[in-house]
Amino acid sequence: MSTPNLSGENMAVREPQFSLAVHNPNGRELTFAQAVREAIAEEMHRDPTVFIIGEDVAEAGTVFKVLTGMVDEFGPERVLDSPISEAGIAGLGVGAAITGMRPIVDIMFGDFITLTMDQMVNQAAKTHYMSGGKLKVPMVLRTTMGATRRSAAQHSQSLHAWFSHVPGLKVVIPSTPYDAKGLMKSAIRDDNPVAIFEDKMLYQSKGPVPSEEYLIPLGVADVKRTGEDITIVATSSMVQVALAAAEQLALIGIAAEVVDPRTTLPLDKETLIQSAKKTSRVIVVDEGYHSYGVTAEMASVIADGAFYYLDAPVKRIGAMDVPIPFSPVLEDLTVPTPDQVVAMAKTLCGRA
Amino acid sequence: MVTRPIGYQTTLDPVEPAQLDTEQWLQMYEQMNKIRAFEESANELYTSARMPGLTHLYIGEEGVAVGVCEALRRDDYITSTHRGHGHCVAKGAKLDLMFAELLGKAAGYCKGKGGSMHIADQNTGNLGANAIVGGSAGIATGAGLSIKMRKSDQVAVCFFGDGALGQGLIYESMNMAELWKLPVIYVCENNQYNEYTHNSEAAAGELAARGRAFGLHTVEVDGQDVRAVYTAMIELVARARRGEGPAFLLCHTYRFHGHHVGDIERTYYRSKNEESWWRDRDPLKVLGAWLTGDMGVDAAILEKIDESVRAEVDEAVEFAINAPFPDPSEVDTNVYA
Repeated sequence: MSTPNLSGENMAVREPQFSLAVHNPNGRELTFAQAVREAIAEEMHRDPTVFIIGEDVAEAGTVFKVLTGMVDEFGPERVLDSPISEAGIAGLGVGAAITGMRPIVDIMFGDFITLTMDQMVNQAAKTHYMSGGKLKVPMVLRTTMGATRRSAAQHSQSLHAWFSHVPGLKVVIPSTPYDAKGLMKSAIRDDNPVAIFEDKMLYQSKGPVPSEEYLIPLGVADVKRTGEDITIVATSSMVQVALAAAEQLALIGIAAEVVDPRTTLPLDKETLIQSAKKTSRVIVVDEGYHSYGVTAEMASVIADGAFYYLDAPVKRIGAMDVPIPFSPVLEDLTVPTPDQVVAMAKTLCGRA
Repeated sequence: MVTRPIGYQTTLDPVEPAQLDTEQWLQMYEQMNKIRAFEESANELYTSARMPGLTHLYIGEEGVAVGVCEALRRDDYITSTHRGHGHCVAKGAKLDLMFAELLGKAAGYCKGKGGSMHIADQNTGNLGANAIVGGSAGIATGAGLSIKMRKSDQVAVCFFGDGALGQGLIYESMNMAELWKLPVIYVCENNQYNEYTHNSEAAAGELAARGRAFGLHTVEVDGQDVRAVYTAMIELVARARRGEGPAFLLCHTYRFHGHHVGDIERTYYRSKNEESWWRDRDPLKVLGAWLTGDMGVDAAILEKIDESVRAEVDEAVEFAINAPFPDPSEVDTNVYA
């Protein structure tokens, strides 16, 4: 398996061990993209201060068609097509947020967050602290992540680690339609700047999303599959990779637990540590670059918090440390795969 | 040092000052004086090693902050710069809380967490000084967008220096402000220097053309003359309140001191002759001479203002010096709201 399983078949309802079960009496299913759209639309109906600004968000409904029809529903005053000015719209978001609005700034590709860095890192993240707590910046920056769309080095990166390094920001990386909706709604209601990274490859994946309103708090991990032999901490589309690996491992008698932090900042350290204590072996999988990624932080948290329970070093799997290549043959080599996870899990469990 | 003419070549027409009561011009004189006295005390606190870090003095540019802010209401917004004390005072901030912030005290505007370059005071519409050159252009423009969306008649003023004309964010912001007719006034304080480099070495083309290129209503004034700044500003504010969109106000001024308080030896980048040419264009002198001349104000009245301002500043410094530092437990509060 060289690409993540995007069929959604591993997204079936599981009973999370520590947190919110998907309560879905009607069995409704939505795609990830529909879930995101529904979350934003619900919040815009609820709160007139919520608005969207970004490139091609109105008539085009974003290049990924996630916001199709939003401009008809809410009008061009609340769904604003902007010039191609990422720094500018991020800055406008900060200013609007400080003065009573709740902007959602849409940054088409995660790679372009580099252009928003001053506004997010030096302005949005620090305004509350620098003002001694007087000013607040309730804004959401939603953007994308994820490779294997054959989009090459400047449209494929997963740069959530960059924002995760900055106190004052919150960072959300949902893996399922259910989580995407509940986390988006919480992010919009949060009084802090929140960055949400949506994996482009997940947009068409389907999963249960109840029609009743629900919120998922930021900073609470979710156990996507329970197991006793090894923990696979996985984020965003890597949750699917981890679940696929867990299926393979089950065939040879290794019960893997899959833990999805759902937010990297704040990080639910306790759930990670508890799972590690239970299984005594951990692999952390994330699509950001291997080195200096969020995997390093999570591995460190686990190593510190569960040291006396571990039977093996905490291992990390990230994207290869190379600019993401265009050629499919090369690109597929750079992203983590279920086979890699299986091989590493077998090694850690002494089954290699 | 590159040879260049002293002062600036101007073709500005003389401005007929707005029709105001003498009292209102005296109020501006007082505000300018307050900024001057504040900054002199800040300099003293630095040179006597009582102030941590550095600060950037506004001395020489008082006519701009006061001319602009006197044309605003309390609920109008400003964003400010690293050289921001003048804007903060002119918008109505309290001197004691400002000095306390400069000294890193708990009583300061930002509980001592912001310091000289980050004073914010939402009660006077000050959305904060900004230590990133040009960094507040997006914030001011976002405030303008928010004003428009909330259907308010406020305006937002973005103060920045000529150095910020090198930053792309300014242009992205002006573009959107004009596209969407936002009530934002971009006030460029052309104090001639990008830190230690004259702007003739840093900015190609005409400065005023930067606003015009985006279709912004653009006005150029002598920033040493508060009457000219104020008179231009009331018109720009009125337009913005009427929904006629943003403006670019280019004010030619001069930083009498260095880039920051420690920049004392300046002859390697500008001449003493140049400094003295501008000292003759001291905004306090310009206004003072007009008040005692054309307006027939008794010089004793101005002296009295000088004295009362001095006393207010001294009292504020005293307050700040005696104020306690923040409790260590404050270090990790206010990271998140």
